[in-house]
Amino acid sequence: MSAQNHSIVMLRRNFKHITRNPTSVFNAVLMPVVIMLMFVYMLGDAFNVGVDYVDYATPGLMLLAVCYGLGATATAVNSDMTKGIINRFKVMDVSRGAVLTGHVIASLLTNLIAIAAIIGVGFLLGFSPSASFVDWLGVIGLVVLLGFAAGWLTVALGLFAKSPETAGLAAVPLVMLPFFSSAIVPADKMGAGLKQFAEYQPFTPIIETLRGLLNGTPAAGDVIPALAWCVGIALVGYLWARSTFAKRA
Amino acid sequence: MEPAGAVSGACQWGVWAGADGWDMNSSAIAVSGLRKTYGDKVVLDGIDLEVRAGTVFSLLGPNGAGKTTTVNVLTTLLKADGGTARVAGHDIDTEAKAVRSVIGVTGQFAAVDELLTGQENLQLMVDLLGVNSGEQVIAGLLARFDLVESAQKPVSTYSGGMRRKLDLAMTLVGKPKIIFLDEPTTGLDPRSRRTMWTIIRGLVADGVTIFLTTQYLDEADQLADRIAVLDQGKLVAEGTPDELKRQLPGTHVRLRFSTVEELDAAARIFTDSTRDDEAMDLRVPSDGGTKSLRAVLDRLDEYSISAEEFSVHTPDLDDVFLALTGHNTEVAAK
Repeated sequence: MSAQNHSIVMLRRNFKHITRNPTSVFNAVLMPVVIMLMFVYMLGDAFNVGVDYVDYATPGLMLLAVCYGLGATATAVNSDMTKGIINRFKVMDVSRGAVLTGHVIASLLTNLIAIAAIIGVGFLLGFSPSASFVDWLGVIGLVVLLGFAAGWLTVALGLFAKSPETAGLAAVPLVMLPFFSSAIVPADKMGAGLKQFAEYQPFTPIIETLRGLLNGTPAAGDVIPALAWCVGIALVGYLWARSTFAKRA
Repeated sequence: MEPAGAVSGACQWGVWAGADGWDMNSSAIAVSGLRKTYGDKVVLDGIDLEVRAGTVFSLLGPNGAGKTTTVNVLTTLLKADGGTARVAGHDIDTEAKAVRSVIGVTGQFAAVDELLTGQENLQLMVDLLGVNSGEQVIAGLLARFDLVESAQKPVSTYSGGMRRKLDLAMTLVGKPKIIFLDEPTTGLDPRSRRTMWTIIRGLVADGVTIFLTTQYLDEADQLADRIAVLDQGKLVAEGTPDELKRQLPGTHVRLRFSTVEELDAAARIFTDSTRDDEAMDLRVPSDGGTKSLRAVLDRLDEYSISAEEFSVHTPDLDDVFLALTGHNTEVAAK
């Protein structure tokens, strides 16, 4: 049997987990929507960002939606590790990374559902992007790349953590990071120190790229660092996950 | 012993000289000078052992002796720092994939998927291994392990014994020729333990080779053809259960007294006993049966001696360690 088939079997297992334990996906989808309603519907009029706030916030909230799904992924991977399921797979003649690939793809699909929910609710709140078809393809491509990168990093965190609890906790910085980016308010409106952090952290160029694409005006100055960050995170996550997977028994 | 071994060896020929061509003349597991260290802690300090095909080999030792590490190395989960090992004729280092295709492993903690049902757990193994007529294999295993009724329930509702059985059933999906059982009964109630023993005997009858680790002397005694005693990463003894038990103090009755006078008097009437002045007790050899126990009590009565405490002691892992290493398991587990 090929590695691809093994990965599909593992992915099916992940889907079954989701149907048995729907709260994790519910959290991953519902929390970002709640935050969206809070910031856009409740507080939105109080922000002065130069454009309609829902148009400003939606790209950032898409990224937040990716991050909110990661806690569940980290916990699930760690529980597979600590309960010995991964060791069971490792002593079988089964392609080595299949179980991890399954987790990454399940995580990515959860992300896409959450992002679809954010875009849907965004439209209800008056989101009016001026993106062309090609721009939308760019949005989808970037979001998939981000979900893939964040997924591998989270799988690595999950493999590395000592317990499911610490794995969930390890994903918290990833959940917090969007708040310290240009997701909610522009970085240049933040205090000194935080402002520089927000400008240079990976999520800001990614959000700005999404914003540009959705406005129909993507800027190379954002796109290149955004892609570089995604590829970098994916690579680090993948290599870290692979070496931890090989070493830990 | 020998004739029986020869007969089962002959039966094995047909089974073992199969697909991957390793015959009964080569051992199922052959280990030489195996070493493993974590930082500066030596966990395996040069292990040599050999397991003949179709037999049960038990690695006996207390917590921390290195049993699980040995299993992890032999099942390709961990890389050894030194030495060589061949499993079913395949080198664990250079032919790990081939090793994995012939082994099955059931660890100390049931590695089952709690969110899936028993049936789905088995189906997962069938799908991953690409087993033909998987439905029949699953139905057969559920029946064999008495899990038919709970097959559609999520594993999170299973008892410890049921999980362990499902774990072993999952291991058997791939029809492994060599099965590693790492403390398969630790934490199980006595009834589930007996069930597990019966299952293990059934596997042996099917011609499977079993590498079993345990902390229980009686378990090794019940199941194993050969026992190796592991202490702080070294094998301190190896042999058949009978050979090993010959090195142990036998079953005896312990009598504890409150005064030295009584101890002296009792020591005089039980001439074959050994006394421990510090513990104020006397160890009288006995088979532990009611007749011999009554005889001991009657003699005490006859001389109007009363012991403060009376207990029957059968040798356990502690005795093995005391006899073989001069220290008990507490020290070994340090």
